[in-house]
Amino acid sequence: MHDYPFVFNLTWLIPLPTALAFFAIILFTNPKKRLSSNVAIAAVVVAWILSWAVAFAFFLKPELVEEPINIAVPWLPIADGYFSMGVAVDAVTAGMLFMVGFVLTMIFIYSSGYMTFPGHLDPEQFPEVAKEGLDPRYSRFFAYISLFATGMLGLVVADNLLMLFIFWEIMGLCSYLLIGFWFEKTYPDPNQITPKQAGLKAFLTTRVGDVLFMMGLIFLFIHAGTLNFQAIFKDAHFLEELATSTVTLPIFGAVSWAALISILIFWGAIGKSAQFPLHVWLPDAMEGPTPVSALIHAATMVSAGVYLIVRMAPLFAASSHAATGALPFVAFIGAFTALFAATIGVAQKDIKKVLAYSTISQLGYMFAALGIGAWVAAIIHLLVHAFFKALLFLGSGSVIHGVEHGHHHVHEHGHGHDDEHGHEEYFDPQDMFNMGGLLKRMPITGWTFIAGALSLAAFPFITAGFWSKDEILAHAWDGGHMAVYWALAIGAFLTAFYTFRQVFLTFFGEPRTEAAAHAPESVRAMTWPLVALAFFAIFGGFVAVPKEFPIFGKIASDFMLHLMEMQGEIYPFLEVEPAKFNWTPALISMVLALSGIVLAWLVYGWKPLKAGQPDPLKRWLGPVYTVLEKKYYFDELYHLIAVRPTLWLASFFARFDRGVIDRIVNWVGAFGRWLAAALRKWFDERFIDGVVNIVGMATTWTGAAVRLIQTGQVQTYLLILLLSVAVLLLLIPLR
Amino acid sequence: MVGQVLFILVAAITLLMALGAVVAKNLFHAALFLVGVFFGIAVLFILLDAEFLGVAQIVIYIGAIATLIVFAIMLSKNVMGKEAGAYNRNWYAAMAGAVFLFLLLAWLLLKAPFQMVSADVPADAITQIGQGLVGTYVVPFEVASVLLLVALVGAIMLARER
Amino acid sequence: MTVPLSWYLIFATALFSIGFFGVLARRNAIAVLMGVELMLNAVNVNLVAFWRYLTPTDLSGQIFVVFVFAVAAAEAAVGLALMISIYRTRKSINVDELNELKL
Repeated sequence: MHDYPFVFNLTWLIPLPTALAFFAIILFTNPKKRLSSNVAIAAVVVAWILSWAVAFAFFLKPELVEEPINIAVPWLPIADGYFSMGVAVDAVTAGMLFMVGFVLTMIFIYSSGYMTFPGHLDPEQFPEVAKEGLDPRYSRFFAYISLFATGMLGLVVADNLLMLFIFWEIMGLCSYLLIGFWFEKTYPDPNQITPKQAGLKAFLTTRVGDVLFMMGLIFLFIHAGTLNFQAIFKDAHFLEELATSTVTLPIFGAVSWAALISILIFWGAIGKSAQFPLHVWLPDAMEGPTPVSALIHAATMVSAGVYLIVRMAPLFAASSHAATGALPFVAFIGAFTALFAATIGVAQKDIKKVLAYSTISQLGYMFAALGIGAWVAAIIHLLVHAFFKALLFLGSGSVIHGVEHGHHHVHEHGHGHDDEHGHEEYFDPQDMFNMGGLLKRMPITGWTFIAGALSLAAFPFITAGFWSKDEILAHAWDGGHMAVYWALAIGAFLTAFYTFRQVFLTFFGEPRTEAAAHAPESVRAMTWPLVALAFFAIFGGFVAVPKEFPIFGKIASDFMLHLMEMQGEIYPFLEVEPAKFNWTPALISMVLALSGIVLAWLVYGWKPLKAGQPDPLKRWLGPVYTVLEKKYYFDELYHLIAVRPTLWLASFFARFDRGVIDRIVNWVGAFGRWLAAALRKWFDERFIDGVVNIVGMATTWTGAAVRLIQTGQVQTYLLILLLSVAVLLLLIPLR
Repeated sequence: MVGQVLFILVAAITLLMALGAVVAKNLFHAALFLVGVFFGIAVLFILLDAEFLGVAQIVIYIGAIATLIVFAIMLSKNVMGKEAGAYNRNWYAAMAGAVFLFLLLAWLLLKAPFQMVSADVPADAITQIGQGLVGTYVVPFEVASVLLLVALVGAIMLARER
Repeated sequence: MTVPLSWYLIFATALFSIGFFGVLARRNAIAVLMGVELMLNAVNVNLVAFWRYLTPTDLSGQIFVVFVFAVAAAEAAVGLALMISIYRTRKSINVDELNELKL
């Protein structure tokens, strides 16, 4: 064991405070809402301090990359030795801890302000809670996100794949619980997915990936005998062997074990990170409360898929070392998803759905980067994206909150379109076409949202998103992956376009509804986290500027890039050469990003939309727009090929069950009853009953005989005792 | 020879007293016979060179236990000799059993081979007893003291008027 | 040491048997208790005699007798207290009338 600063001994404590908070809230503080949220926030602040202590201790001693810290205890005895569980810290973990600890804390604080009494509930039904102004299940919300935080932090510090998988599934459970948090919510449109259904959909869709992931995990364990990251990935000989030994599969033919395991594990990441073709759950997951969308479905859980592949990268690289391997598949899925999701994002109305597709798209960038071997760029983009995407989601939550408040305000004061029949007309506070001009009403939310949007659109030079995205594009160009490069570059153009479409629709122009005109700025617990995240969304990139970049390479730092490169070098097969700087791709991507912004301004900013005016894109794109709006009909397709056959099969089996199985069971039952009656008559009543009676009578007789000596008098007993002892003593000489 | 004569004398008197203690109809007489037995045994202890035990026997049995018994007899007043009979209806069986037990035990004891050791009793026997009680046997000693305390408390609880 | 060990043993056995007869035959509970005391004393005589004739240098035998004293004292105290208690409730301490165990 090598020397390391003491603070790393605290690593295993990082997931602990929030776990304790979960139990404390569930078991004790549930009835006290403010206390529960304070407990959760206190716990996450402790976790944050611990994560930053560990992360900075690592950043300050970069030479630790040579021998990453691994503290484990033997946990389960297996055939030869022990299965160890423990924590590991390397540069990737440190980077993740830096991001996760901070984002978690910001979102917890934001949630304490966000989880007010929800609009879909009838205040008459919960008069006291409504007066208090907090969600009826406020405490439960904090318990769930605390448990989620445990899952994420535990996943980051896990030193082996099994432990990672366990925390991965904890997060999956929390995701399900939190998406369906407002499970009683329904919509007037029966086709619109409800939170309950969305939770189920997310859980079941990711399950597809997770089952394949677990298969990969089991195969890996069979071959390696361990699941410890360091033990597997530093062993070049083992990886080489895994890459050369092949297995013959039906349909696919012979593939190397490394490629098979890689692809199985990658399916886990596809499910978790909502990549094509398992992307369908993420947009619907937006039914959950917005802090949840920010926390789970933007910043942390979905990026766990990327983190997994980052961790497993040596295996992927080894599989592609000799043969085609798994990397081209990763690159294809990533690049395709990046472009595909970006096109859908262009035609969405819901402010959160746009962000959801943008998340899918950005995660696609990361997978594409991993697929083309830009390991470092993927990590940097993962970290940077978490900051600005959390910011955008929290900003959109603030907007929704404001619009909802405005709506209630209008409704109460009666100068809106109250309808006479007593029930409120359905109003969608998330529809961007119901907004407009909010920058004046909500300045802090507005400006921080614009900061996040600039970063997402990769506005050149000053935003963090530019540096990380540029790094990926430069790699794609440099490595000659032209298809990937163009997919990502067009994706970048679309990203800039839909992001600023969103900005212009939401914040500029005139308010298109009374609700938007009366939206107030959010409370301070919500705006402060926005400001703090905006700082990182803009300046977070300046630790990852390549040295050879003109001008900026001199004034900014390449600390993070360098650290991750050093970390990657210790793993065999992993190529971490920095991309050579080239003006062509850099200029192309800059021009595309800027033209996306300008185009958005031309369409939505120059002449702001009036109330009720349809999206101008609809006229220009025609049927294509409808296809995009309907998300390429993937939900309908899956409904047709997966859900409907399953339901049909289920109903068929139900009929089969009733018609055939039940009848057989009934026959068997009737036969059994007949047999039982016969046995009772001929066997039970005569034979068994007779035996039982004899036993009973024998007991009675014996009792009657024995009770003669039971006089109840001590002296009689003593006399019997004397006789017994005398008999025993007589036996001694006979021995 | 003097020792043998003395032993037979003391033993005979003690046994007669013991018989008196179990046959006397009057319980008070029985208690007085019991005191005689205790005294005879104390003499035997002294004959066996166990002077400390002899003295302890007199102090504890005669001084404490016998007194206690006499108190108990007097507290349960109308039982002194006024009952129908001293024995229960099994008394002949008990007699036969006791005689049988005596014969059996005596036979077994006479049959058993014992390894005799002749040595003088150490001069500091009492010191050794004292050291043994607080040394080797300190745990039983403490247990015995707890037992006495419990007996004390228990006796008070049982006997007090409710 | 002119008296043989066996004499003491026979004496103790006789005393024990007499005590045992008392325990078995007497009706009065206090008399039963007296029988128990006789048996305990017989055991004590045995213990001291064995000590004197078999292990005179090791005083464990005598120490054991001291413990028997303590137990006998405790037994007498509790036993007599029980009798007083029973006498109060039943106005009798005849053992053959106490058959509550039989129900």
